[in-house]
Amino acid sequence: MVNSATSIPRTELAWNVLGTVEDPEIPALSLVDLGVIRFVRERPDGHLEIGLSPTYTGCPATAMIRRLVEDALAAAALDASCTTVLSPPWSSDWITPAGRRKLLEYGIVPPQKTGSLVRDGRRGNRPVDCPHCRSVDTESVTEFGSTPCKALHRCRACLEPFESFKCI
Amino acid sequence: MSEAASVAADTLFRYVLRLGDMSLVLAQRLGEWVGHAPALEEDLGLANIALDLIGQSRFLLSYAGELEGNGRSEDDLAFLREHRDYLNPILVEQPNGDFAHSIVRQVLIDAFQLALYERLVHSSDERLASIAAKSVKEIRYHLRYSGGWLVRLGDGTAESHARTQAALQSLWRYTGELFAEDELDRSMCGHGVAPSLAEVQTAWGARIDDLLTAATLQRPAGQAHAWHGKRGEHSEHLGYILADMQHMQRTYPGARW
Repeated sequence: MVNSATSIPRTELAWNVLGTVEDPEIPALSLVDLGVIRFVRERPDGHLEIGLSPTYTGCPATAMIRRLVEDALAAAALDASCTTVLSPPWSSDWITPAGRRKLLEYGIVPPQKTGSLVRDGRRGNRPVDCPHCRSVDTESVTEFGSTPCKALHRCRACLEPFESFKCI
Repeated sequence: MSEAASVAADTLFRYVLRLGDMSLVLAQRLGEWVGHAPALEEDLGLANIALDLIGQSRFLLSYAGELEGNGRSEDDLAFLREHRDYLNPILVEQPNGDFAHSIVRQVLIDAFQLALYERLVHSSDERLASIAAKSVKEIRYHLRYSGGWLVRLGDGTAESHARTQAALQSLWRYTGELFAEDELDRSMCGHGVAPSLAEVQTAWGARIDDLLTAATLQRPAGQAHAWHGKRGEHSEHLGYILADMQHMQRTYPGARW
């Protein structure tokens, strides 16, 4: 029996499906853009194992993400379950170039590269550009924002508040 | 067989519980600030730190439950243990006091967790090393937050300076316990599971001194360590924390969200 689906590996089908699953808190990004899908493995019995990393250990969206993944794959007739992968820990450096572009379009400043984190441990990172008017005359309001992965800033030029993705 | 595999599971269980309880009890304390912090940003900051700590304790308590091998889940360990079975240091159960008091407690613990977890990343126990590698990134953010506030408060007005120095004076006595090595600590260190606490203390002291200097605060003399929260002997405060935290599970056993 031959059909078109059998010619594409099931792991590849799964990756395609996962590329359409939105992050529940930042719907501009897919889970693949976010870099939290670590692997897709097929067991001999055909069951797919999805390696999933939490962005933050306490992120309340983690359980939701797990369910979205399993539901989306089930809807595509792919039998799958998720495994939590802690090591190596997820890094904001793993957000894909497409993901970084989508974040900026969505109004969230993409994360700086992790090397910059240690530069000024006490006062915080160097200024980030305003995503609205591109001014560098911005200030940090708080290291912690509406979700564990974001920090809050304010632009002194256009006076708009904005969020940045934390560098971790 | 790895080094860690030769450690008795019940010994490792107690060590992992110590780490998990430290995060869990501190998170519960920080949660008391929600809706009461001086500004919305600080409300969010403290709640976010609490959330990270709960996340860390979930991974640690789940692991502890597996090591124990009696089928206890993270929730069983969090909600159904008596205060004598909690193994957190006394420092994290101290009341919030004013904002300066909470910030000083946070700085002391963040710097301790950072020095400890930076070394646990190299633990011979792979599971613990992976939890530490994940957590240490979050802890760095916590210290940036608490350290930043320590400097602003200490090097702020006469009032904020006085309150911060008073908090330091009051909480300093509880820091000795963090570095008082007992048999369990020595066993973990001997098996390469955990670092030596003397080494952790040196790293902690250097960071704290740096922050205190920037904050124009005086380091109190002496670090008493006649406290044994790590072996289940707690101050009266823990009972109240657990009564609050465990109320639902005690009243409606097995209740779920």
